[in-house]
Amino acid sequence: MSATTTHDTPPASTKLSRRAKLRSIRQRLTWRQAFNYLMLLACSAIFIYPFIWLVSASFKPRGQVFDNRLIPDTFQPENYLTVWQAAPIGRWLFNSILITALAAISVTISSGLVAWGFTYFQFKWRDRIFGIVLATMMLPGVVTMIPQFLIWSGIGMVGHRAPMSGMMPMWAGNLFGSAFYIFMLRQFFRRLPRDTFEAARIDGAGNWRIFWKIAFPLARPAFIVTLLFEANAAWNELQRALIYLQDSSTWTVPRGLASIVARFGAGGGGEANWELVVTAAVITTLPLIILFFIGQKQFVDGIATTGAKG
Amino acid sequence: MSVSTIEGVPGVSPGTPVSPEKRRLRLTTKRRNLIAAMLFISPWLFGFLVFTVWPMIYSFYLSLTNFDNINAPRFVGLENYQRMMEDPRIPRTLSNTFQFAIMSVPLSLIVALLLALLLHKATMGTGFFRTTFFLPRMTPPVAVGVLFLLLFNGHQGLINQLLGLFGVNGPNWTVDPFWVRPGLVLMSLWTVGGTSLILLAALKDVPKELYESARVDGAGALRQFWSVTLPLISPQIFFVFIVNTIGALQTFSEAYTAFFGGGADAFRNEGALFYSIHLFEMAFRNFRMGYASAMAWVLFVIIMIITGIQWAVSKRMVFYSGDS
Repeated sequence: MSATTTHDTPPASTKLSRRAKLRSIRQRLTWRQAFNYLMLLACSAIFIYPFIWLVSASFKPRGQVFDNRLIPDTFQPENYLTVWQAAPIGRWLFNSILITALAAISVTISSGLVAWGFTYFQFKWRDRIFGIVLATMMLPGVVTMIPQFLIWSGIGMVGHRAPMSGMMPMWAGNLFGSAFYIFMLRQFFRRLPRDTFEAARIDGAGNWRIFWKIAFPLARPAFIVTLLFEANAAWNELQRALIYLQDSSTWTVPRGLASIVARFGAGGGGEANWELVVTAAVITTLPLIILFFIGQKQFVDGIATTGAKG
Repeated sequence: MSVSTIEGVPGVSPGTPVSPEKRRLRLTTKRRNLIAAMLFISPWLFGFLVFTVWPMIYSFYLSLTNFDNINAPRFVGLENYQRMMEDPRIPRTLSNTFQFAIMSVPLSLIVALLLALLLHKATMGTGFFRTTFFLPRMTPPVAVGVLFLLLFNGHQGLINQLLGLFGVNGPNWTVDPFWVRPGLVLMSLWTVGGTSLILLAALKDVPKELYESARVDGAGALRQFWSVTLPLISPQIFFVFIVNTIGALQTFSEAYTAFFGGGADAFRNEGALFYSIHLFEMAFRNFRMGYASAMAWVLFVIIMIITGIQWAVSKRMVFYSGDS
């Protein structure tokens, strides 16, 4: 493929014999290929190195965190035990997993329903209303941030005594769909063949049955992408965690990590315990890396299609 | 009809003669379909009204009041906007944010495009490379903030040790208010993998015949890139350009984690005090929610203007490429 795109052959500048010319082209190509792969490998190394650095630093004693050795001089896995005891990380992991699961499942179902409503049915102003859906994607979150907080606290969903210890606002907004996923799922639904649904309708299937029994299974790949993307986003969320999760027993892992940075990092006063910060950072990141390797193909294919109709 | 995708009214086939009873039946079917459609989109409709429209109206109202989340909002007119003009932190945080966006958006686009081109030319091991490029995008921004503090540490950080190998005395990235933004930009380049994959998909969609004919016309590699590749992937370039700009103008988590999570003053770095961080602290640390709402509306208007300009420019550019 690159053979056809990279080299240029001026047609009338040949002093060389045909065979020599071919050989020179081939040489040039292999050199280019080699250079290309060298660059790719170098970039891969740059992208992977911080992970390796982080994991390796998490096994080092305090004084060696910055020594930049890949294999720790002194192996100190106790860091994990120390940080586990210094902060309720088990609790935070549980909260994060719960919130992430609820956020991903609810946004997938609700966005699927809405996307289907905008694809299968024809109604007045459908495309105009869908235009509004798309426009909300551009809306900066800060404009709605404060009133949303007031709504959640107004209906008694904020604070330690609220339902789910006040964790509801972290995910319950997803029950109402999300513009990005509605758009993505609609793109997928549009590609499904219409006759399948016609046939089902003639057989007497209702709207709900057609969605649930036919469209939903057919669109499973798109739903998995939605689940994975939202799991990623929900796990990472910090700003909302800072606003809504007021008691440390309700924190998510990223919220907890932010407090560990404040407590054990340079700003905490006294000597910085970077080895604990690093260890907590590994604990925060690891679940997502595992998630990525489970859904690797869906992630990579999914992200590629997001720009497809941009 | 049999090959058409899901558009149009379900259950209605064109061309069939309609008897009066059938017409009545069809009307009710139509109405039933409308009700069903509304039921399907009702979650979004409800969420849109309650969590978008109402908050926008209310946030504008709040911006005209003093509100501390305890006492009822007190109407003060445009006072908050006036105070914003006098607050030296507003221009400073805006400037911090713009400097970050102006550096990070084009730079990450260029790096993402270069990576996509490298990936596009490769024939073996593409799966491996795509994985390694994308993996950093999975890292929580909080952890990216931690990595920034460690890798860019002025004395012992990896970046300055590498620079030291070339005899360069690296700046104090995490402390110096001038260097903290370039540092955060460099750190943000680590997560360009997602953008790269979007552009890679666009590159793959460029028809190969176009390169063939360009080569017949005597176009070199660079010329082919400029005249064939770039115009054809311009829709995706503008898409990520707009999305990344909106994201960069609201950047929050990395810098917040690194410099503002603790509240200890020595720890803060005013050079990394971005507009969203200042707004968040105003609203949820100082509980000046009226003032913060005014700040939010100013950012909203700025983002709308910038996005509008980008749309206008992008429309002309994309059309231009399709025309020539």
